[in-house]
Amino acid sequence: MSTIGQNVASLETGENNTMILNMGPQHPSTHGVLRLVLEIDGETIVRIKPDIGFLHTGIEKTTEAKFYQQVVPLTDRIDYLCPMTNNLAYCLAVEKLLGLEIPPRAQYMRVMLNELTRINSHLVWLGTHAMDIGALTVFLYCMRERELLLKLFEMVSGQRMMTSYFRIGGLSMDVPLGFMEHVKHFLDRFPARIDQYENLLTGNPIWVNRTKGVAHISREDAIALGATGPTARGSGIDWDLRRDMPYSGYENFQFKVPLGTKGDVFDRYMCRVEEMRESNKIARQAYDGMPEGPIKADAPKVVLPDREKMKTQMEALIYHFKIVTEGFTVPAGEVYQAIESPRGEMGYFVVSDGTAKPYRVHMRSPSFANLSTVPVMCEGNLIADVVAAVGSIDIVLGDCDR
Amino acid sequence: MPLETAITDVEQLKEKPALACLLAWRPEAVKAVKWDRAELTIWLERESIREAAKRLRDDASTRFEFLSDLTCLDWYPADPRFEVVYHLLSMAREDRVRLKVRVSDGDPAIDSITPIWPGAAPFEREVFDLFGVRFGGHPDLRRIMMPEGWEGHPLRKDYPVEGYR
Repeated sequence: MSTIGQNVASLETGENNTMILNMGPQHPSTHGVLRLVLEIDGETIVRIKPDIGFLHTGIEKTTEAKFYQQVVPLTDRIDYLCPMTNNLAYCLAVEKLLGLEIPPRAQYMRVMLNELTRINSHLVWLGTHAMDIGALTVFLYCMRERELLLKLFEMVSGQRMMTSYFRIGGLSMDVPLGFMEHVKHFLDRFPARIDQYENLLTGNPIWVNRTKGVAHISREDAIALGATGPTARGSGIDWDLRRDMPYSGYENFQFKVPLGTKGDVFDRYMCRVEEMRESNKIARQAYDGMPEGPIKADAPKVVLPDREKMKTQMEALIYHFKIVTEGFTVPAGEVYQAIESPRGEMGYFVVSDGTAKPYRVHMRSPSFANLSTVPVMCEGNLIADVVAAVGSIDIVLGDCDR
Repeated sequence: MPLETAITDVEQLKEKPALACLLAWRPEAVKAVKWDRAELTIWLERESIREAAKRLRDDASTRFEFLSDLTCLDWYPADPRFEVVYHLLSMAREDRVRLKVRVSDGDPAIDSITPIWPGAAPFEREVFDLFGVRFGGHPDLRRIMMPEGWEGHPLRKDYPVEGYR
């Protein structure tokens, strides 16, 4: 434990032979604007200090001036690789505050889209992580499949990345005609594509040499430092919120939680690759069992009415006008809703004071906590391995800085 | 699932492992308690947070080995103004608890829990940066989101959304 204590300590100027080296904030393999201050002795890392905040946009402050429903588009922009996950976490938190019941079709659709989002996020991670380490080809294959997913997201929401598709109380609208066939097309083909990536990497001796036994973190350190998601599961921590604290109907799905044993870059890589296969299975189960029915909760004061009703019914028009101009009030209270994002525990702490605007929205972002593991992984190792370590925790700086 | 009324009576909630553990240790450390929307909140006195966190982590009946989240609330202009909020998770028991500590505006300071969870360090830096609450015993208490030399603490309620002009 003492080694961790030193890692969070401040970094003074280098002593004796050590040299201070800035890695980032403008560096292609820091996955955003992350600055790492490295204290190096030759090629060996003595100490490492992450410096963040370059992407801080004050989203938590902004939410306090918005109606509850206006916060949904802000949540997309936190973790821009998995917008639907953030939408879901926020919507679930507010729904818990309101005590809303979500119809099964909306729940299944949310699960299916969340798993597709997880695949999308892992594809970007795999492509860039492999590119950082020097395997350039994988990136092109990953982007090929990601394009299919982005087209799916565009079909449901009109946007490729900032989807804002979920609403408090359900979905913004039902999926368009032909969407489910496109999903099936993707789900049928994707497992074979994962085999292609694995053919390029898993047995590749260069890849294995660059990842096996590199940037190791023990199970105890991972828990003490607040690591979650594949970063923790690579070290053998058997914890997945989808299975252990199910939300949005995840208890109806069967899937495995892949675990690593050694806690090195290779184990975290294997965890995420296996997770893509499991996500494909979950999305397939959601596709097969997709129920018919409404996609919005029966709560006229919270959920916007259908366009058709607005044109024919006076009440619907009034509710629409009230929600859009005044928002809806949420009973006072507070909830912490955590869900399993591709990076780990994405928690939303929403506090209501009984008005139409949240008193406070705090996001517990997985990247922010996972970043603490980088110093433990890297100290005593080579500079070249820092790139592998940062890639292996799959950091998104928008998520980190909010 | 219609909302149920919150329970704030200690007697009704003393079966909850987290509360039972703290009451067995030091009943006067527990200031208040609330069970709302299936989530347990315990208000603690400011001095006992580090010891309480350690007990909740190590006690065999609670085993809250994981710090999920640490943040702060500003109830300006009420006094005490700040509430530092801790979310603990027990992976072994699949349970969560929320700890809260009230901190006054005059002396917004509290013991750091980095000796118990080193992972709390960036979270405490964030609260220090955005709320101006100091954490005693933190190894490296500097601003983390805002630039060094920034004036004010943006998430305080008396800090305007658009900033000072």
